[in-house]
Amino acid sequence: MTLFRLLRTTTFRLALLYLALFLVSVLVLLSFVYWTTAGVATRQTDETIQAEVTGLAEQYRLRGLGGLSDIVTERSRNQRYSLYLLTGPGGFALAGNLTAWPEAKEDVLGWLDFEYRRQVGGEAETHHARARHLTLGSDFNLLVGRDIEERQRIEQALRVSLAWAVALTLGLGLLGGILFSRNVLARIETITRTARDIMAGDLHRRVPRNGSDDEIDRLAASLNYMFDEIERLVTSMREVTDNIAPDLRSPLNRMRNRLEVTLMRDADVAEYRAALDETVADVAALLDTFNALLAIARAEAGRPEGAALPFDLSAAVVDMVELYEPVAEEKSIALSRDIAAGVTLTGHRQLISQAFGNLIDNAIKYTPANGTVSVVVRRVGIGCELIVADTGPGIPEADRERVLDRFVRLEASRNSPGSGLGLSLVRAVARLHCAELALGDNLPGLRVTLRFPADALVHRTISPP
Amino acid sequence: MSVFDGAGFFAPVIGLSKPAGVVYSSLMRILVIEDDRQASAYMVKGLAESGHTADNAADGEEGYEMASHGDYDVLVVDRMLPKLDGLKLVGQLRAEGLRTPILFLSALGDVDDRVKGLRAGGDDYLVKPYAFSELLARIEALARRRNPAEVESKLKVADLELDCLTRRVIRSGRDIALQPREFRLLEYLMRNAGHVVTRTMLLEHVWDYHFDPQTNVIDVHISRLRAKIDRDFETPLLHTVRGAGYCLRDSF
Repeated sequence: MTLFRLLRTTTFRLALLYLALFLVSVLVLLSFVYWTTAGVATRQTDETIQAEVTGLAEQYRLRGLGGLSDIVTERSRNQRYSLYLLTGPGGFALAGNLTAWPEAKEDVLGWLDFEYRRQVGGEAETHHARARHLTLGSDFNLLVGRDIEERQRIEQALRVSLAWAVALTLGLGLLGGILFSRNVLARIETITRTARDIMAGDLHRRVPRNGSDDEIDRLAASLNYMFDEIERLVTSMREVTDNIAPDLRSPLNRMRNRLEVTLMRDADVAEYRAALDETVADVAALLDTFNALLAIARAEAGRPEGAALPFDLSAAVVDMVELYEPVAEEKSIALSRDIAAGVTLTGHRQLISQAFGNLIDNAIKYTPANGTVSVVVRRVGIGCELIVADTGPGIPEADRERVLDRFVRLEASRNSPGSGLGLSLVRAVARLHCAELALGDNLPGLRVTLRFPADALVHRTISPP
Repeated sequence: MSVFDGAGFFAPVIGLSKPAGVVYSSLMRILVIEDDRQASAYMVKGLAESGHTADNAADGEEGYEMASHGDYDVLVVDRMLPKLDGLKLVGQLRAEGLRTPILFLSALGDVDDRVKGLRAGGDDYLVKPYAFSELLARIEALARRRNPAEVESKLKVADLELDCLTRRVIRSGRDIALQPREFRLLEYLMRNAGHVVTRTMLLEHVWDYHFDPQTNVIDVHISRLRAKIDRDFETPLLHTVRGAGYCLRDSF
């Protein structure tokens, strides 16, 4: 992972943004600290000078120039940081501990910032000072100030440490941001790699989870759920392709052979007609298979015909039972029904009728003469249940899952007509309506139960398992 | 030429390839708007062999021109056409007041799609692949609907009478008791008397199913109905048309 790529990541950009915000708040905080320490010291110095100026002006008013000169001389001796200079006409120094009037320019209020030389332990040092200028009459001037060298050194030290604090904040923040985004990035990178592997054909790959249940972990769970779905769909599609091939090829081959053999020699009209009639019948059967596959595929893709609407399930079942009643009667099969009235369902009436038709069709087909086929519709809790039970041979438990797949026909039923798609459609329709499809034992016979939830098809919610 | 098979009671089976055996609707002019040249060529040929005249338009615009200027009894319109989509084409024709019955052909089989087609002004909808006999039966049924005489409440075919109001069925003066669904089946057959009615048409109109059940249950219902209306009488009225469907008619 190069630094350049790191800089382009969203996580890192977020970390940077956060760092910038943090930096601004640190700067505001430090400015406040600086202002309350260094600023207060500066103001105190000014106030002290101002107070002294006021005091000396008062002395000058009370005791005149002589008195002021005495006080200045007195204070110049005792005070360590105070600076004084009283000058007479021509700038001549009369009293004070400054040797000459500083050259610095004063502001409108009479304040001056200047440097002066001072003897410290036998050596001359240049010190910073601040002072205020007071004009006494026309020829005399008084300068009252303070040595601020020490204060300035403290301020300087404060500034250096504050700068360090900012630099440290910046450095640690950047480092933290890089580490943080590298961690998130590594996890996202894993997801990307897994997705690429799956795209490359390895459908079994899943995103590893760390169990923390944080956003990325939950994302991983959802993705894994999606990958499960994709694998299921792709697998079933592969099965379809594998299964369709022989089931569609055999009739096509039969047709081709028949047509070729008929063309080999001159036949009479009746023979040609017979061959064509058989071919038309074969094509019709092929198209039926084709249409059944399409219906299953559409239901499985969750994109069925029309919209899901509430309809009277009881009435739809009664209609279908009546459609099959004569067929059952011809086979001497009793078709019993126990259908609760007014059971409604939100879904696709045509598809559910077709699926139920397939169930009842199978039941009648596989039940021997004098057997019974029973149809039950009843409310179960807030949902409902549709049961088709027969007294036929049933399906061995081991085969029950398998018969729901396309084109699967058990050995026992190889010779009876049918495409092997009936139950596949039932399963697809059940899935579409979030219904539970159960194949059970009717002792003897098969008992198929379709259990619809209350809010069938209202929402196909996708939640991680 | 009629070929008899053993199924049902006294069930005459009529070969489809001999339209002389069945009186299809009298000559009609049909416009086929379909861009698949081969498909439309077979359709035109099949319609001609059945005694009708058929023209072909290969795209939506040509179809629109021909439909608005020619005098046709039925239009057969493919849903997906170059230049002008089938739905829009029909919408425009209907907006201009054209009332010719229209049969949509489509490779899309959704009910939604069917509904869209019918809303746009189509009168019937047939999903590809379809059997030619199905197409023919539906075209002829549409043509019959063109001038719907008042919906009669009393129907009569030979000596068979059906009264929609009293729900009574009488043949040669004898009452015949029918189940409600059998009554609707017979009513539909009688309203289309003399014409071929396919299994799919019966499923759609009598049962309201837009799919084919696995087993041909319609045959069983027809043979039951036949047992009730034909068994005790000399002349059979309900005939099976091989490869196509059924036909209720007096005699050949």
